[in-house]
Amino acid sequence: MPATHYSPRELMVVCAAREIRDGENVFVGMRLPLLAFALAKRTHAPNCIGLFEAGIVRDTPSSELLYTMGDAPNITDALWTTGTVTLLGLMAAGDVQLGFIGGAEIDRYGNLNTSVIGNWRDRPRVRLPGSGGGADIASLAQRLAIIMPHERHRFRERVDFVTSPGYGYPDEHGPAGVSWRKRVGLPRGGPVALITTMAVFIFDPETGEALLQSYHPGTSIEQIQEQTDWPLRLAPSCRETKPPTEEELRLIRECDPHGVWTA
Amino acid sequence: MSKLMTMRDAVAHYVPDGASIAAGVALEPLIPFAFGHELIRQQKRELTLIGPISDMLFDQLIGAGCVSRIQAAWVGNVSEGLGHCYRRAIEKGVPRSLMVQEFSNHTIGLALLAASLGAPFIPTRSLLGSDIPRQNPHFLLSSSPLDGSPVLLVPALRPDVALISVQRSDEQGNAHLWGNLGISQEAMLAAQTVILVAEEIVAREVIASDPNRVIGPSYKVRAVVHEPWGAHPSAVQGYYNRDHAMFADYHQRTRTQEGYRAWLEEWVLSVPDRAAYVQKLGQERLASLRVREHRYAAQVDYGY
Repeated sequence: MPATHYSPRELMVVCAAREIRDGENVFVGMRLPLLAFALAKRTHAPNCIGLFEAGIVRDTPSSELLYTMGDAPNITDALWTTGTVTLLGLMAAGDVQLGFIGGAEIDRYGNLNTSVIGNWRDRPRVRLPGSGGGADIASLAQRLAIIMPHERHRFRERVDFVTSPGYGYPDEHGPAGVSWRKRVGLPRGGPVALITTMAVFIFDPETGEALLQSYHPGTSIEQIQEQTDWPLRLAPSCRETKPPTEEELRLIRECDPHGVWTA
Repeated sequence: MSKLMTMRDAVAHYVPDGASIAAGVALEPLIPFAFGHELIRQQKRELTLIGPISDMLFDQLIGAGCVSRIQAAWVGNVSEGLGHCYRRAIEKGVPRSLMVQEFSNHTIGLALLAASLGAPFIPTRSLLGSDIPRQNPHFLLSSSPLDGSPVLLVPALRPDVALISVQRSDEQGNAHLWGNLGISQEAMLAAQTVILVAEEIVAREVIASDPNRVIGPSYKVRAVVHEPWGAHPSAVQGYYNRDHAMFADYHQRTRTQEGYRAWLEEWVLSVPDRAAYVQKLGQERLASLRVREHRYAAQVDYGY
């Protein structure tokens, strides 16, 4: 039964969980994707495996809410604890079907900035923390899902610094998209979903452009356009986002009872 | 020969001004905050900090003016977000400006791995198409001699000093580390000098009973520092949990330079050493962080 009372972040968790297919190896990351992994495990993807770049592999969600992937409960009952180069190396070899990342800024081609806002060669306006493993996941996972708050200053025509490559940009050698990734030498991958507080986008692999796939209940295409700095293109099947079920909400709230990440 | 030393002596003897230091190499757990605070108290200057995510530790050292260069994948506060001292240094040059060379978690690990192997570089396809190789002159964009396809060359990076935090060590620096390892082993094997920080000092027989759990050869280790709670507020598996509230408190209080100075005075400058810091934390807080339910591994048999 569809629920009526939920937070935007709870809906984002549900949308993120829908990206996970059963049996996949998923680079989980923190916060909302971590809850999405737990939700997918308990619903449609009981056989997915979670990989954490700190050097952890698990097939069960941790027994307590995590603030960081290296928290002690994430190591207890792990399938494997190892090193970061080993785990990211498995992803470089193509073993990771889906990776989740976030960012401070994104553009219409799914390129993400988590490094600097303003001029990176001189004194930037805002210094952001940097890549962490984000640029590696964007480079090397078979599919990438991006999770971000939807605000106009974050959804830009072109980001100031490409920390994590999406589909690049059109240039004198050809269009953005899968062909750009091939041109620069990336072995695979690219964004397949951009999940925001207002909407879900998919990407056109030919042009690399974000296409509005669904708008969350309570928002409209017009409102989303207002918060997006590029002219929206709609997917042919564009519709309202399917709300969470009561059961999905119950499972999310079991993992995050105090709303640390979902309030 | 025992290599046991106080943190004060280890920093004074093995960390000169201008040193490059790999620290925080296990990612979120086992961050050597006791070491960082001693660097600040001894007013070390012109340091290069090398690491993957550096949860809060690098931000503290930057705010204290110890650092001139960052070679890292991420500088901030993992559960809270941005690092305010890092922002002030880059955006305003307060307390001083910094040179930043951007890495990712994979490429900082590969740079240390290359040094540990004596290899000039390691090629990867990660970061192709990212602006990181354009920002950081350490990287070289090249093509594979096998098929001409684009590759990124990650040259070896050899830290002067690596700080390796472990659960337990003997007095010679034979040490057990368990849980996720991050890039601890790469950093240890790459560095010129290794300082080990251990929660517990044990007999050699304890370490030798399980050689597969040893992080690296003790001949690399110059100093062994016995420092209980030395990684607080980060976690040490089997000893204590992460003190999330401390990370939140630091994030709130360091929004201004004055706030940071007050925080530093309270938790670093007015505290002579880690034993005093632990006392300041108080029994109630320590008890709330201790392991609640022990989970021992099954024994393995090394007999013959």
